[in-house]
Amino acid sequence: MTTHILAIDDSRTIRNLLTMTLEKAGFAVTTAVDGVDGVQKFREEHADLVITDVNMPNKDGFGVITDIRAGDKNRAVPVLVLTTESGAALKERARKAGATGWIVKPFDDEALVSVIKRLTGADNGA
Amino acid sequence: MAHDPSILDTFFEECEDLIVALTEGLVDMREGRADDETVNAVFRAVHSIKGAAGAFALDDLVGFAHKFETVLDEVRSHRLEIEERLLRTLQRAGDILANLVDDARDQTPANRELVDPVLAELQSFLGSEQDSPAEDFVFEAMTLDFSGSSDAPTTYELQFTPGREFYTCGHDPLLLITALQEIGPIEVTVDTTKLPNTFTDFHWDDGYLKWTVKVSGPATDLPMREVFQFVDDLCDLKIMTLDDTGAQIDPTDQAIDHIIEALQEPSITVPVPAMEAAQKEESADRPIKKVATTLRVDPERVDRLINAVGELIINQSVISQRLQEADLPNSAELFSDLDDYKLLAREIQEGVMAIRAQPVKPLFQRMLRIAREAADAVAKDIAIITEGESTEVDKTVVERLADPLTHMIRNAIDHGIETPEARIATGKPRQGTLRLSASQRSGSIVIEIADDGAGLNRPRIRELAIKKGLIPDDAALSDQEIDHLLFAPGFSTAAEVTNLSGRGVGMDVVKTAITALGGRIAINTVPERGTTFSITLPLTLAVMDGMIINVSGQTMVVPIASILETIRPSQADLSKIGLKGELLRIRGEYVPIIDLADKLGHQTDGRPMTERVLLLIQTESIAQCALAVDDIFDQRQVVVKSMQSNYGEIVGVSGATILGDGKIALIIDPDAIASDTGTLTHVPPKTDGGRSYVAA
Repeated sequence: MTTHILAIDDSRTIRNLLTMTLEKAGFAVTTAVDGVDGVQKFREEHADLVITDVNMPNKDGFGVITDIRAGDKNRAVPVLVLTTESGAALKERARKAGATGWIVKPFDDEALVSVIKRLTGADNGA
Repeated sequence: MAHDPSILDTFFEECEDLIVALTEGLVDMREGRADDETVNAVFRAVHSIKGAAGAFALDDLVGFAHKFETVLDEVRSHRLEIEERLLRTLQRAGDILANLVDDARDQTPANRELVDPVLAELQSFLGSEQDSPAEDFVFEAMTLDFSGSSDAPTTYELQFTPGREFYTCGHDPLLLITALQEIGPIEVTVDTTKLPNTFTDFHWDDGYLKWTVKVSGPATDLPMREVFQFVDDLCDLKIMTLDDTGAQIDPTDQAIDHIIEALQEPSITVPVPAMEAAQKEESADRPIKKVATTLRVDPERVDRLINAVGELIINQSVISQRLQEADLPNSAELFSDLDDYKLLAREIQEGVMAIRAQPVKPLFQRMLRIAREAADAVAKDIAIITEGESTEVDKTVVERLADPLTHMIRNAIDHGIETPEARIATGKPRQGTLRLSASQRSGSIVIEIADDGAGLNRPRIRELAIKKGLIPDDAALSDQEIDHLLFAPGFSTAAEVTNLSGRGVGMDVVKTAITALGGRIAINTVPERGTTFSITLPLTLAVMDGMIINVSGQTMVVPIASILETIRPSQADLSKIGLKGELLRIRGEYVPIIDLADKLGHQTDGRPMTERVLLLIQTESIAQCALAVDDIFDQRQVVVKSMQSNYGEIVGVSGATILGDGKIALIIDPDAIASDTGTLTHVPPKTDGGRSYVAA
C-alpha cells in the first residue's frame, strides 16, 4: 500500500523539494499552500502522515495540528513540523500543539525519508 | 540536498514574488501601516527565502536572511520599537536581500562591501546574546556510524511508558518497537497491570502500558536514541545496558506478532467521542481565502504556440489571397466566413500573446532598489516614484529592459538631478524627484524615466561631440539632434566615468538594446526643469505591422512604426547633391534620400525618382531620411521570424516573414540602413571601454 503524505508549506520551492524527495522514495504526495488549505485537504483526502511548515499565512502549522487533533478524522495521524528553528523552545511549542516530530530545514533527504518510514511503519526494511 | 535545476528555477521565481511582498510590506511599514499582519508578512517573506535558500546551500543568502529575520522577529514580538532608523535599516536589508538573490541566481559572489555594513546595522538592533550561531541551520544529525565499533555486541534494555501526550501527538508504540527490531534481535514484554477493568474507564490516549524491550547487538545506544528521537520525554524512557548474563534472547518475530494483535484491537474499536463543539467552531471558520493559482509553463511551449498561431495567420492570408485569385462566383458568403476565421485567429493570437505578458512591477521594484542605492551613493535626496506597475509587457522585454533602465536611472541620479545645495540655490525643492512610469498607448508600451533635474546641457554636449570628432565644428544641429548625440557610439568616454554610472556601458548601448526590442527612445529635456526619456516598445515582438514594398523585383517589408509618411515626389521636391546624392525637400527641410536598391546591392533599373515611392523614415540615430523604393503594396501584419539562428545577422535586415502568397520577404531595419549614410550619422567604429554620458 502506498503511503500518502500531505505536505503543507507556503513556499513553492519547499513544496517542490518535498514532492520530489518523497515521490522518489515511493510515497504519494499531496501538497497544500497554507494552513487553511492544508486542513481542508486533510479532511478531503487520506493522509498517513502530515508534514507542515510552521510560519504560514492564514493558519500556521501549530494551528493545523490543533485542527487535526481536534477533528474527527484520523486525528492520531503523525504530524511532522518542518522548521528552520531548532532547540528546546520549538520542541516545547511543537509538542504542546501535538506535533509528532520535527525536521529542521534544510532537511536531509535520507533522514526525512527514514523518519517518515519510522513514523508510518511504511516499507520497513526497504 | 536536491540540486535539481528546475527546483532552483522555482526557487528564484518564488524569490521574485517574495521580494515583491517584502518590498510592499516594508513600504507599508514606512508609511505608518506597521500592523501585526504587515510585519508578519514581511517576516514570512524573509523566512521563506531563508528556508528555501538553505536547501541549495546558498550560504550568503541564508546568513543574511537569518540576521534580517531575527531583527524582524524582534519587531514582530514588539521587543523592538519601530522608529526611523530601524525602518531605514529594514529597507536597506530588503534591498541587500534582493541583491543577494540576484547574485545567487547569477552565481556571482556577494558584494561584501555592501552586505557587511547592513549586517552590522542589523546586528546593532540585537543584543550580542541574541546572535544565534550558524548551528541553527545544521540538520540535527541522525546519521549513524556503526563502523567504529569492534566491541562485542551489547544488550540494552529499554523501558518506556507512553503517556497521554505520546498518543495525542500521533505516536504509536508498535512502530517504535518495529523500528527497534531493525536494530537487532529484540525481546518485548508489556506490563498491562494498569489497564482499567471496565471498558468505560478506558481512554484511548491514556498511558496504561509499560513496555520493556531488550535489544541486542548495537555498540552504542545511539540507534535507539534515534528511534525515540521525538518521544524520549513523552514516555519516561530509560535505556540501560545489561551485562552478558542478562541477555539470552529468543528470536522475537513471534513476540511482535502477538503485540500487533494485542495492540490493533483496542485502537480500532475504541470509539472516539464526537467533538461537536470543535466541529462547529471549525465550520464557522472565516471563509477560506481563494488561493491564486498560477500555471507555470515552459516558455518554449508558449513560443511554439506563438509560432503556430503565426503560421495560422499566414495560412489565413494565403487562403484569402488564393480565393481572391480564383474569382469564384457567389463568394460573398465565403469571404464573410473567412473574415470570421481571421477574427478568431487574431483572438487566439492575442490570447497567446497575453500568456507571455508580465506586469512590469518586479522590474520596477528592482529599479527602485537600484535608484535608492544610487541616490545613497551620491548623497542626494531623491524621491523615487513608480507609476503603472501593473502594465503588462512581453516577458522578453521585461528581461531585456533591466540593463538599459538601470543605466538610465543611474545616469539620471548621477548627472540629471542636482545636489541638494544646487537645487536650493536655484529655488527648487531640496528633494529631487525621479519618476519611473509605464503605460500602454495605442498598441505600444511607453516607459518613461523622468527627472526634475537641470536638463541636458546642450552646449556642452555639442562641444564634447566636436571634440570627439562625432560632428564637424560647424554642424548645424537642431536641439533634438544635439540631444540624440547622447546615443552616438563613442560619445561618452572613460573620462566622464563616475563611480556610479560609469559601468562600462554608454547610452549607445541603451539605444541598441531598445532598438533590438523593436522600440524607440526619445528625449525631452527642458533646461532647469528636467529630462524625460521615453521608451516606446511594441506590445509584442512576434508580430509587427509592416508595409509591403518592392525593390528591384524583390518583395520586402518595412515596419510601419518607423514610416512617417509615403511620398510620390515631384521633380520640384528633389535636389541633386554631389554626383549621386539626392535630397528631398519636404516642408522647407532637406532630407537625404537613400536608394534602398543601391544600398542592398541590387541593380537599379534607372527609374527616375519621380516614378518611385519615398518612405519618410524617422530614425533614432539622427534625423529623418527618405528610403526610395520601387512600389508599395499594402499594410499587413507579419509574423517576424529571426534569421540569426539560421543565417546570422545581416546589417539592415532585422528578420524575415512569410507572405500571403507563401513567399519569403526580408524585413528591413530602416534605422540600420539610415545610420550608414556616411553623412551626419557616420560614427567611428565602436571601441571597448567604459562610457557614460554627461548631461549637466
